[in-house]
Amino acid sequence: MPFSLFPIVFGVVLGTLARYLMLKSDYRHYPSYPHGVINHIALGFIASVLGSVAVPALMAKEFTAVSFLALAAQQFREVRTIEKEMLFNLDKSELVKRGPDYIEGIARVFESRNYLVILTSLIVSSVTLFTHWIFGLAAGALAVLASNRLMSGRRVGEIARVRTGDIQFKGANIFVEDIHIMNIGGDETREILRKRAVGVIIEPINDNERETLANNGQRMAIAHDSASQLGIYKDVDTPEFNPLVRRDLDTGRIAMLIVPIEKDPEYLLTAVKGVPVLESATGKPLKSRAGKLAED
Amino acid sequence: MQVSIEKFILAAVTMEREKVAGSIPTFIVSGPEEQQKISQYLGRIMEGVVHDLENGVFIIVKH
Repeated sequence: MPFSLFPIVFGVVLGTLARYLMLKSDYRHYPSYPHGVINHIALGFIASVLGSVAVPALMAKEFTAVSFLALAAQQFREVRTIEKEMLFNLDKSELVKRGPDYIEGIARVFESRNYLVILTSLIVSSVTLFTHWIFGLAAGALAVLASNRLMSGRRVGEIARVRTGDIQFKGANIFVEDIHIMNIGGDETREILRKRAVGVIIEPINDNERETLANNGQRMAIAHDSASQLGIYKDVDTPEFNPLVRRDLDTGRIAMLIVPIEKDPEYLLTAVKGVPVLESATGKPLKSRAGKLAED
Repeated sequence: MQVSIEKFILAAVTMEREKVAGSIPTFIVSGPEEQQKISQYLGRIMEGVVHDLENGVFIIVKH
């Protein structure tokens, strides 16, 4: 069966474009990262080439060509490892660390987006091959929309009630409402905390979310995102101003004590609500029999 | 941020020598003001956090 190169080229172009569009939504992880964009578009290009040749290769009875897809999977797993290592190394110089779970989540997103690109270009090239490029374009747009919709995770604001909490000092100990945060010896430090710190209470809406919020990685992500959005009143020699996220053992409520540069509790709550719920932190104890029965 | 951190006592600052034992570097001070000042300094220098044990002993902990 004769076929032109057009479906392949069209699939490659739309696939790369799709990668570029997906890149924008996670750009905030890399505030100053112009070369990373090139890297990821280049990888997206490779992914879309692989995706768009798959069906034409099958039609030309080149069955071995499909095995390249396996090679691609290997390649993109490598991308994930590299991305993870890089973020781990960069994390060491962050004032408020992202934490391993958040990094793992970001790296996983990078890997899976390449697969989405393969899928998009595969759909585009095959639809174009069998019908018309207009339908190919429409299918590509649909695929991008669908993947954006499906891949956007939940946010903390959806799994918990987020509100401010009063900060209390009892001797050397600091509490947000009744949740103990830490013991602080220095009068000067306590004075700064009294003036500048903001307490946040995060109440999980059910037992599933209680487990999610209990995850240390999730809590580190909350602290990191809040600190990076409102600025953190901290330097390397003042570790006492690290945002601390502690848990109420009785109810599973989470309390965060943070010293933002901008003391705007309202916007802090916005930042906390917008923190992504990490895939690795998500637990579903309510789906188990024991978890369901124990719920009260 | 680390929610749970490697704790390590870097130094103790106290007015009462007999309340700290072991191999911790201990700074003996003469009054609460000096205790505040010395522990704050030590905290800054060693990038540690000052904790008050509420028995007259301050410790500087590496987090």
